[in-house]
Amino acid sequence: MNNKDNFFKGIIKENPLFVSLLGMCPSLAVTTSFENALGMTMGVFFVLVLSNLLISLIMNNKKLAEMVKPVRIPVYIVVIATLVTIVEMVMHAFTPALYFSLGVFIPLIVVNCIILGRAEAFASDNKPVASLIDGAGMALGYGLAIMSISIFREFLGKGTLTIWGDLQLNLNFVFDFLKIEPIAMFVQPVGAFLTFGLILAAITAIANNHKNKLAKEVKNNG
Amino acid sequence: MDNLLILAFSAFILENIILSQFLGICPFIGVSTKRSNALGMGMAVLFVMLISSSVTWLLYKYVLELFSITYMRTIVFILVIASLVQMVEIFLKKVSPALYKALGIYLPLITTNCGVLGVAILNISKEHNFLEMVVYTTFIGLGFLFVIYIFSMIREKLEFSPVPKAFKGAPIALVVAAILAIIFSRFGGII
Repeated sequence: MNNKDNFFKGIIKENPLFVSLLGMCPSLAVTTSFENALGMTMGVFFVLVLSNLLISLIMNNKKLAEMVKPVRIPVYIVVIATLVTIVEMVMHAFTPALYFSLGVFIPLIVVNCIILGRAEAFASDNKPVASLIDGAGMALGYGLAIMSISIFREFLGKGTLTIWGDLQLNLNFVFDFLKIEPIAMFVQPVGAFLTFGLILAAITAIANNHKNKLAKEVKNNG
Repeated sequence: MDNLLILAFSAFILENIILSQFLGICPFIGVSTKRSNALGMGMAVLFVMLISSSVTWLLYKYVLELFSITYMRTIVFILVIASLVQMVEIFLKKVSPALYKALGIYLPLITTNCGVLGVAILNISKEHNFLEMVVYTTFIGLGFLFVIYIFSMIREKLEFSPVPKAFKGAPIALVVAAILAIIFSRFGGII
């Protein structure tokens, strides 16, 4: 597999959230605003890229790999937890508002199945550079997925899009034009389940459609 | 006493671990297709949550704070929980084979359940004392059990209903969860 395929598979074909349904808890909880989703994406990106790199470096070193093999899951967890602690400290120091609005979900990056999953499924038996690219693609795919959910939720729920801090797009004119209020339900827990469910159904429908088309083409040609 | 009652009620319904805090969604969607599985998973989570929260609370108060290394929280908690789950498994196998048979297959899955680590951290960040911690954790666990059991009953029925093709599986489950979340959030008026 070349580097380009390796990078892009995480974004569409093997998207961790929409295809594999990994890491659902934070994707439902932090998508109340675009800013939160962006902050979560940066945290996951940092942890996933570095954990893939470090674990692949450990496993590619023969001596270390032999030592680590019997206790590899605890070792992975320690590596990941250390990286998460770094993210926690950096966010607390530089973006305190984001730190408090993400709350318990920053330390919970540790138990995000995507990170341990990639460590076990990819980084443990691939070269460091390939693992780094895989981590970047997967983290970006996850980030794009949660950001798209957050765009729907924030727009429908509040009529705004918070990019970062005070930088906020006000899209309330759409609601004014339609003479309705923003639907507050979408920023409440209800909206998280509903939006995610509907997006997932739409993706399944598109994928089914695509499959049928391919099947028809094969039939016509053969 | 009043405070504890309010704490218990809000942990059980208002701050329901699944429907309003979004912790433990993976088992909620994954292990809720059958009533017996949901019951087993719920009991196992309640059991492990109570033990691990107690241990991590004591560890935080009497070790981490004492040596002022509270920044080690995440690393220490996840390692303690992972090894605790293993220990509980070995212990149950020896002491109570019946209980082990009922909970056995769910125990390894719990290490990756973010609910267990989540509640351990929430107990610290909400600054609960020991009694509050026990009450909060028990009712959060009961809330998990309650919701996953209701959800599994609905899903058993769903299996025989004509669901649109695109909604089969996870999408319809999430829409059902949304309806449950509306119901639970309306109980807020009681307090």
